[in-house]
Amino acid sequence: MNCSRRDFIKNTFKTTLASALPLSAFKMLSPAEVKAYTGDSSIRWVFLVDTQKCVGCGLCVKACKHENEIPYAPPITRTWVERYVLMKNGQAHIESPYGGRDGYTDTKIRENEIPPEQIAKGFFVPKLCNQCKKPACVQVCPVGATYQTLDGVVLVDRKWCIGCGYCIMACPYGMRFFHPIHRVAEKCTFCYHRIKQGMKTACVQNCPFGARRIGNLKDPNDPVTKVIMTERVSVLKDEYGTKPQVYYIGLDTNVR
Amino acid sequence: MAVEHIVAQGAEHLVVHGLEWTSKELFTYPNEFIYWSIQIVMYPYMTGLVAGAFVLSSLYHVFGQQDLKTIARFSLVFSLALLPVAMMPLQFHLQQPLRGMNVMFTPHFTSAIAAFGIVFSTYAVIVLSEIWFVYRTFFVDQVQILKGKQGAVDRFKYYLYMLLSLGAFDLSDKAIALDKKAVKILAGIGIPVACFLHGYAGFIFGSVKANALWMSPLMPVIFIMSAVVSGIALCMLTYILIMEFKKWSAIIAKGKGDESVLVIAGAELDVITKTSRYLLGFLVAAISLELLDLIFRGYTAMKSWDILRSVMYGKDFINIFVLQYTLGNLVPFIMLLIPGVTIRRTFFALILVLFGVFMMRWNVVIGGQAFSLSFAGYMHYHMPIIPHNMETYKEGLFGALTVLATPFALLWIINKVTPALEHK
Repeated sequence: MNCSRRDFIKNTFKTTLASALPLSAFKMLSPAEVKAYTGDSSIRWVFLVDTQKCVGCGLCVKACKHENEIPYAPPITRTWVERYVLMKNGQAHIESPYGGRDGYTDTKIRENEIPPEQIAKGFFVPKLCNQCKKPACVQVCPVGATYQTLDGVVLVDRKWCIGCGYCIMACPYGMRFFHPIHRVAEKCTFCYHRIKQGMKTACVQNCPFGARRIGNLKDPNDPVTKVIMTERVSVLKDEYGTKPQVYYIGLDTNVR
Repeated sequence: MAVEHIVAQGAEHLVVHGLEWTSKELFTYPNEFIYWSIQIVMYPYMTGLVAGAFVLSSLYHVFGQQDLKTIARFSLVFSLALLPVAMMPLQFHLQQPLRGMNVMFTPHFTSAIAAFGIVFSTYAVIVLSEIWFVYRTFFVDQVQILKGKQGAVDRFKYYLYMLLSLGAFDLSDKAIALDKKAVKILAGIGIPVACFLHGYAGFIFGSVKANALWMSPLMPVIFIMSAVVSGIALCMLTYILIMEFKKWSAIIAKGKGDESVLVIAGAELDVITKTSRYLLGFLVAAISLELLDLIFRGYTAMKSWDILRSVMYGKDFINIFVLQYTLGNLVPFIMLLIPGVTIRRTFFALILVLFGVFMMRWNVVIGGQAFSLSFAGYMHYHMPIIPHNMETYKEGLFGALTVLATPFALLWIINKVTPALEHK
């Protein structure tokens, strides 16, 4: 083969240029960056709700809406608090107007006065995304825009979601909704941007009674893990097989 | 009710998807709305029509049902006209319609929707190539006729048919026999693909475990059966309309003194009665499966049965038992079975059948969202009629009508190039 030194250098230059140009369209990530995107596998974020401590003040809902920029007026919300009032005759009154955002200060439920002497029991149940081990919403996303991080949190890629609503349909807990401004699926992220920095979620931070706690299930010394391991806790709707990771203390059979 | 309250708070500039057409009763979760509305009713309805029309044409091409010969060619062309329309409702429904292509870029195969693009394209390729083989002789004939003719329209048609023939001008007996063989093979592959395309529209619903009404392994089969019913019905209906229209325009032309016009027979009763037998067969299969599903749910009476029963026998009773089963299934069934069937009676029975299948889709999609995931409350859907923004157009009456009208517009155009109906 006939190849002068000049030709060799010329061709090498051309090849480098030709391969570098298309490659420059890709973004190179350092291993640390990749790890930051996908989460840390030594952590499994879990949540612990003590319903016996919740008084239905709604501060968690308010804090969440502000922190995560969810429009305040509409009833859509990443987290909410339900009120259960169970009557002596077995009737159940359940409500969560605006997710309980404004606190439960009224004795009326849906305009009906509830006679106090007929009440058998009453309590509040805070709800948020269960960050399931086997999330149905991730399974059904047709484009893979919603995914689970290694530390167990389910997130939505706002730049890739097509807004079909299949994940909203698939969630047995009704956690998801369409964000009115971004117009893509929206959900509770355990305030991922905060917990990554070592902070608490907005709802945990703002709960005056310690009804909400977040922890790392993979750390045996984590106080939340200790409670989950040693006390009697339960989860919501385990019959769907999604393996929810929000644990409750003091759930009642009437809780939906 | 919640809806009025929100608007009063000055949030009308925000479009919360579903808020506008949903009203709630008793306890529902805060984020629950009718997210899947009229366009998701239209989606399985239109896909069903595509699949049904194709299966009808394949019955002739594959199984050699000679009684379907006249309608087979027509239903094949009609299924092409319906094809792009199966995509339309999805595009109308997406919150980010421009990202619809993402399904092709990053298909996430654990999702039932992810394969849609692939199945759909496969199916489109089969339909297109089958039509090409059926019409190749016709294309070549047209090229021969138009050759050397002057005039812009003729020149255009000449080049169009040149292009459509793809340069395959061989009209020898051997080549034509090969065409027929190809049609048979394609139609044979097409049947399972058409059933898959639609059965899996059923799977999209049947696999949602969170929804008590939808979750059923029978859902895909029910969808296929009712799809074939609706596809056959639409093909028959359009066939009757076109043939009758041709007959009357010929009669009117003759009446005006144009003696050269031959009066044609209109829709042939023979074709209609024979096709309607297939329709009845699939109708019986569809109804049996649906009733089996209903009885099974009632008998096993799982946790969700209380709320399902209150929806089916209470709130949606008219929609399910009166409009769908009685008016949409039973009445046309009897109309088609009573001896001495006429074109006119068949015509009305077919309209009822199409309506019945539409109501079935409605009762699945909207009915599945009529109750809360908490099983403690209800939601009602109020379809937007007069649109006041893009959202209420797309997911309202006029959006649905747009989808409904498109296949006929497409059929009109396609029919100019590949005439679907011949008369002797």
